[in-house]
Amino acid sequence: MAEEKNSIVNYALVKFHIGFSMLYLIIVMLGGLLYALQFIGLYPFPNIEFLSPGRIRMLHTNGAVYGFIINGFMAGLYWAVPRMTGYRVWNEKYVGWFLAIALQVAVLATAGGLLLGFAQAIEWGETPIFIDPAIVAWLFVALGQFIVPIYKYAKDKPLYAANWYITAGLIWIIMVYIMGNYVPQFFIPGVAGAAVTGTWIHDAVGLYVTPIGWGLMYYFVPILLKKPIWSHSLSLLGFWGLAFFYPLQGVHHYLWSPIPMYAQYAAVLSTVVLELAVITVIVNFLMTLRGNAEAMRTSIPVRWMFVGTINYAITCLQCAFHVLLTTQKVIHFTDWVVGHAHLIMYGTFGFWIMGFFSYLWPKMKKAEAYSRSLDEWAFWLVVLGQATMWVDLISAGLMQGFNWWGLSPFIDSVNFSIPFWAVRAVSGLAMAAGVILFTYNMYMTGRKQPVSSLRAQTTGGAA
Amino acid sequence: MNKIPTAEKFATIALFVGIVFFAFGTFWQAVAPYLSLKDIPVKSMEKIAEDIPAEFYMLASDYPEEFKKYLGEPGKASFIAALETGKKVYIAEACWHCHSQYVRPVSKEEERYGKVSYPSEYANAMQLPQLLGTRRVGPDLIRESGVHSNDWHIAHFQNPPSVTPGSVMPSYGWLFDKDGRPNKKGLSLVAYMQWLGSWAKPPVYELSQR
Repeated sequence: MAEEKNSIVNYALVKFHIGFSMLYLIIVMLGGLLYALQFIGLYPFPNIEFLSPGRIRMLHTNGAVYGFIINGFMAGLYWAVPRMTGYRVWNEKYVGWFLAIALQVAVLATAGGLLLGFAQAIEWGETPIFIDPAIVAWLFVALGQFIVPIYKYAKDKPLYAANWYITAGLIWIIMVYIMGNYVPQFFIPGVAGAAVTGTWIHDAVGLYVTPIGWGLMYYFVPILLKKPIWSHSLSLLGFWGLAFFYPLQGVHHYLWSPIPMYAQYAAVLSTVVLELAVITVIVNFLMTLRGNAEAMRTSIPVRWMFVGTINYAITCLQCAFHVLLTTQKVIHFTDWVVGHAHLIMYGTFGFWIMGFFSYLWPKMKKAEAYSRSLDEWAFWLVVLGQATMWVDLISAGLMQGFNWWGLSPFIDSVNFSIPFWAVRAVSGLAMAAGVILFTYNMYMTGRKQPVSSLRAQTTGGAA
Repeated sequence: MNKIPTAEKFATIALFVGIVFFAFGTFWQAVAPYLSLKDIPVKSMEKIAEDIPAEFYMLASDYPEEFKKYLGEPGKASFIAALETGKKVYIAEACWHCHSQYVRPVSKEEERYGKVSYPSEYANAMQLPQLLGTRRVGPDLIRESGVHSNDWHIAHFQNPPSVTPGSVMPSYGWLFDKDGRPNKKGLSLVAYMQWLGSWAKPPVYELSQR
């Protein structure tokens, strides 16, 4: 335990956030599974107001972002920021635990509010209106918590790119959240409001999840592989590309809508160009991995990171393709987009989070993972489930889009989708099962007696 | 130690990237569309209620007891109340996650749904927040007014497959009282459906030619 006491990382906070992150992940996956059952006529709670599928859907998406991803990022930041900068975070005892508990209260209040029918009609921001101010306040405090060590370090030394991403993400999300949740709700109606909403939908992903996710990836991958990142310049190039092009593409969620076309053209163009910034991340990851490919077999965390990165490459190439106005004619409004969203939010950022969880947890518990075979089962169930769901949903999307274009009765597109939706439910079941195994494995690892002799092996994580 | 390039300094990153780039992107994507569209007058609820669709009066005669009990006399006041409640239900039940509210000028949507959407039809208090939507599990609703009868909507909310065989839409039993008659939420949601697109209906003669 001496290591824990001397560490500048507060282990208890990291463990707390990891625990809640996994708890919410299980809940939202079961929520997604429930919602999927509605589409194949097997919904187990029909006609119950507070378990209506529409409300469960909002629970699924909001729980994934606010419960799973933000908790996961908090755990990663509490670990990575002090270690990168050499300074403790602003304040652990009060601010740290206040943030930790307030986040869970906000998530549970959001879940309750959605099920009781207080949703706000802003996609990805359905948190009831009365919770929004609390979240803004929370984001300000969270910015302070991590900006303090980064600022102390930055006073006289150049920052590692991961810290750039983290700093920018923590600042952006505050502005984005205020803009997205208040402006279309109270001030700007209709089409211009849709432009603002689109900017929020995209920026929540692009200016919070993406930079923090990239930052943590840039920290954990070199640590896992025990070698420096391949190219520092490339990571900076990616950063400037992200910063410049990402805020420009909100309207691509409403293409061919009555929003002025210059905004739509800017959104399409910047989305295509952004892929160059994304490629920097992918190239940097793969080139860092080069020569250490063996780690993918031996190290579960590296493997999660790798599959996440490959999914990232796929999803971003897909994005550059389907954002084109021509492609939009077919795939907009269809399940294609749903498949895309799952691949980016879960297949990439979710996998990266699970990757560094499976590294941090045994390391903090000073024990080897409880069961290697459970880890393998979890990995393959989740990865294959995710891949199946993606292929299934983009195929369904093409079918639906062409059905509509071909002017066949609308109900045809529903009837023909049933087999696709059945496959989606099965693949979702596989993913949920994988995540439950993953969490059970973590739980059992935590219960193991710390074995100090194993410390040498687990410190590297790639044992 | 002091040789950090300006571009890599903390203040540059935090302020320039964090705020200037963000402001630039937000200008293109949010402020400029707002400026382009700001001259379209925004209709208040009062103004919206100047054009009450015929279906609303039909609703009052289709369900006279319930209408009187929950909404009162058909007219401006009851229409505003019905629209506001209907929109609340539409948001709370996440209808907007499976039904969009705009017709695109592509993919023969004009033939399927009707007139292509235009900015001024969204400049009103009912689109605060906007409900354009991003997914169509079910059909678009911005031209819904008059497409189906009030009874059809009532039956549909009670049990969607009864009027649309194969529908995957869930039942909404809590929009009805114990006898299966619509309550305030049910009536209001129907009124909202019948309002959507009531301003863009083709003339009756054209309708008869279809």
